[in-house]
Amino acid sequence: MNDATTAANAKPWHEIVLATLKANDVKLIVYVPDRVLTKLIAALHADDFFIVFAATREEEAVGIISGAYMAGMRGAVLMQTSGFATLPNAIASLVAPSQIPALLFVSERGTLGEFNLGQALVAKTMRPVLDALAIENHTITRHDELEFIVDRSIKQAYATQAPVAFILSPLLTGGKVLAS
Amino acid sequence: MSNAGFHNLKVMNRLDLTRRMMAQLKHDEAVIAGIGNTNFDLWEAGQRPQNFYMLGSMGLAIPIALGVAIAQPQRHVVALEGDGSLLMQLGCLATVAVQASKNLTMVVWDNGLYQITGSQPTASKATADIVAIARGAGLANSAWAADEDEFERLMARALEGGGPSLIAARIDNHPGVGKTERDPVQIRVNFMRGIGASKS
Ligand SMILES: Cc1ncc(C[n+]2csc(CCOP(=O)(O)OP(=O)(O)O)c2C)c(N)n1
Repeated sequence: MNDATTAANAKPWHEIVLATLKANDVKLIVYVPDRVLTKLIAALHADDFFIVFAATREEEAVGIISGAYMAGMRGAVLMQTSGFATLPNAIASLVAPSQIPALLFVSERGTLGEFNLGQALVAKTMRPVLDALAIENHTITRHDELEFIVDRSIKQAYATQAPVAFILSPLLTGGKVLAS
Repeated sequence: MSNAGFHNLKVMNRLDLTRRMMAQLKHDEAVIAGIGNTNFDLWEAGQRPQNFYMLGSMGLAIPIALGVAIAQPQRHVVALEGDGSLLMQLGCLATVAVQASKNLTMVVWDNGLYQITGSQPTASKATADIVAIARGAGLANSAWAADEDEFERLMARALEGGGPSLIAARIDNHPGVGKTERDPVQIRVNFMRGIGASKS
């Protein structure tokens, strides 16, 4: 819905995310795909600035960007809500205690029109886990706040050696609905 | 090597092989060691600033090493991992094969055990062949080391950097010897200094 309702001259959300990653020198993007992220992933692949590839599991992706950070390259993981649900151990036993500024972009499934009960349940685990681990997280619902939140939070993550999760709401992305 | 053959290999010792590996490092190569015994023996073999001792996150030594290898293509990176840990995260072998980083070597210590949790058998004790799995994932440069000499030869070739390589070694059930530093931030900061990466 947002793609349609934003002003004609506004960039789509995925272009803003891409530009903000680039402006902050975040080069390495590792993902396990989600339908909602399709355009963002395609645009990242098409841009030579980025090193972009899929991992087989989100934990693996977190390991890869953690290694890259320690070797001087900034990275982000893209995933859907159920992918985040596989991450508590990797966050609690690697990212958080090592103070690694992992950037986690989560396409929010399971709410605002979800049709898959499993997605809806797994989504309910996400914020409690983030809060239990005291991970900075922002649910982004508004196009006009997107760049500010992502840009400032990336800078904060690196300045404070802390991970951050960006939850991309269906209000921002349009989400995924059951084809009728 | 066929699945039938891997039980006939010489059973070696992790600390001895770790020392042999370290003796071959001449260019500040990064070494990422997996959970438990793997990093205890790396610690014991001689601490160096280019070593990263992974305390938790079982299975993530190879993914971390891949990230280092991508970020620093001029530096060779060695991942040391236990068989149980690798079996938990086999998909990473497929990812490494696709990325084809020339500067990445993976060493798998196969004792057929989850040794540190009480020596329960792993799937590789009787049936799963780590090298066959790696080849199936697309890692053509994967081999069992039949003995110490062959381990050293395989390691020397891997360090030439022709492509991602995996070396598997059957090892005994001697527990890890060293006592790794337990402060994850200190480990990370030392490692980052050791490989010339400033906090960004
Ligand atoms: C996700 C997760 N599951 C289980 C454990 C418990 N655990 C710690 S080390 C280990 C065994 C590791 O086996 P292997 O990699 O073969 O090394 P070994 O102990 O044989 O040297 C297990 C099961 C853990 N730390 N994390």
